[in-house]
Amino acid sequence: MSERVPVEAGVFTWPADEPRLLGSRCTNCDNHMFPVQDTCPRCSGGETETVELGRTGTLWTWTVQGYPPKSPPYAGDADPKTFEPYGVGYVELPGQVKVESRLTVNNPDELEIGMELELVLVPLYTNDDGAEVVTFAFAPTAKAASL
Amino acid sequence: MSNEDIAIVGIGMHEFGRHPGVSGMDQGVIAVRRALADAGVEWKDMQFAFGGSQAAGAADTMVSKLGLTGLQFINVMNGCATGGSALFSAYNSIKSGMFDLGIAIGFDKHERGAFRIDTKKHGLADWYGASGLALTTQFFGMKINRYMHEHGISDSTLAKVGVKAFKNGSMNPMAWRRRPLSEEEITQSAMLSYPLTQYMFCSPGEGGVALILAKASDAHKYTDTPVFLNAAVVRSRRFGSFEVMAPHLALEHGVGPTVDASKAAFEMAGIGPDDVDLAQLQDTETGAEIMHMAENGFCKDGEQEEMIALGETEIGGRFPVNTDGGCLANGEPVGASGLRQVYENVLQLRGDAGPRQVPGDPKVAYTHVYGAPGISGVNILSR
Ligand SMILES: [Zn+2]
Repeated sequence: MSERVPVEAGVFTWPADEPRLLGSRCTNCDNHMFPVQDTCPRCSGGETETVELGRTGTLWTWTVQGYPPKSPPYAGDADPKTFEPYGVGYVELPGQVKVESRLTVNNPDELEIGMELELVLVPLYTNDDGAEVVTFAFAPTAKAASL
Repeated sequence: MSNEDIAIVGIGMHEFGRHPGVSGMDQGVIAVRRALADAGVEWKDMQFAFGGSQAAGAADTMVSKLGLTGLQFINVMNGCATGGSALFSAYNSIKSGMFDLGIAIGFDKHERGAFRIDTKKHGLADWYGASGLALTTQFFGMKINRYMHEHGISDSTLAKVGVKAFKNGSMNPMAWRRRPLSEEEITQSAMLSYPLTQYMFCSPGEGGVALILAKASDAHKYTDTPVFLNAAVVRSRRFGSFEVMAPHLALEHGVGPTVDASKAAFEMAGIGPDDVDLAQLQDTETGAEIMHMAENGFCKDGEQEEMIALGETEIGGRFPVNTDGGCLANGEPVGASGLRQVYENVLQLRGDAGPRQVPGDPKVAYTHVYGAPGISGVNILSR
């Protein structure tokens, strides 16, 4: 199996069997943010701490990216002949924040507001060193998938 | 509402669309010349200019074509609110008593296809664009999807807004897309960002608009049909709102910048939504027009379904929206788009809108723009 590397350091825990997104918590007002940022847009406070965000949540809204994004900035397959649409949504992590993420499901019939999701890593492209570059996505939990 | 305010005494526009071989800047220059002719004044009469584009260069360099008169020329670059910000600045320059006559200019020329987002300019890290999240179309799909879920808007209503836009555009010689489309053609075009199809989205385009402003007390020196600018407002987002290009949203919900800008504009003009005869509302896609009807105070959430089914937002309806075809039929040259809305409202209030003239002698007209990273601009005009 080829080596896997994250799309960028500091976005999610790495290496990890069960990855978590890295966010920030405002030490003044408890507001949660993603990705990590050092000031708080809620209270304008200047002190935050890095936290691991929850792995599971519910789908708050979603769409499906139906056409190849411009590349750059997109690093995945943007070739119109082979491009595979991918889901995008906001996932509500209870008590924390809603994060924007790719979804592993791209079929509108299988996506529903409120469905339960969990964090996974998905391949994005192969870099010049032959390593598989991965980014994060949310997938239906085993429970949601069996419904 | 008083007419002690600021008057728009000249309007000029360069056709929206695709114009190979004509720079965005030159489209701005042509718009300026047309506005000067409309007001019966010359470039040397302009005491100040505010102008901008997103992708077609620094506006102040156009003085080399218009004339080196030494005027105060300030470049404005504020995303989709570039035109609104230029107009706001022009408004205040006269309102303050510092100047009597000046011009607001917006123009642009974008490459084909969806906007290419420079994530760094939006304060976002590389992984965001690399992972396929830096697309404004995704935001619009997700915002209307949630809104439809909460407020019962149907796919058919999304398509009907498009039908109206292209029908209105077909009556507008300055519009880019002038072929009427059926509900089926719109629904069955390529699904770009669920639930929005290709013909439900506007495209980046080209064009230019210029507006000449004067002290209201001077207006009749320049025109028999002055239109007064009673409110000019720009607002950014507050905590909890749902905005484009946001890697996270707060759990708690707040209103968006459109709600804030609209309230402030109505307060400034001293009127309410019921006093408005027609509106140009940001329609980056058909769902945006629907949501912006409510965010600007013209209906409650969910009422759009019935309003649109009854044709109330058509030119002959109770509350016409996007009478010139909006962004959908005109395309979106970002720097010019907000001023295009004002141009259309001036035509409508003068009674000069030709086959798309709103009947019943409209007296108050409203404009609204929205864009990244969560900015709205509202203007209220009257005659
Ligand atoms: Zn805080």
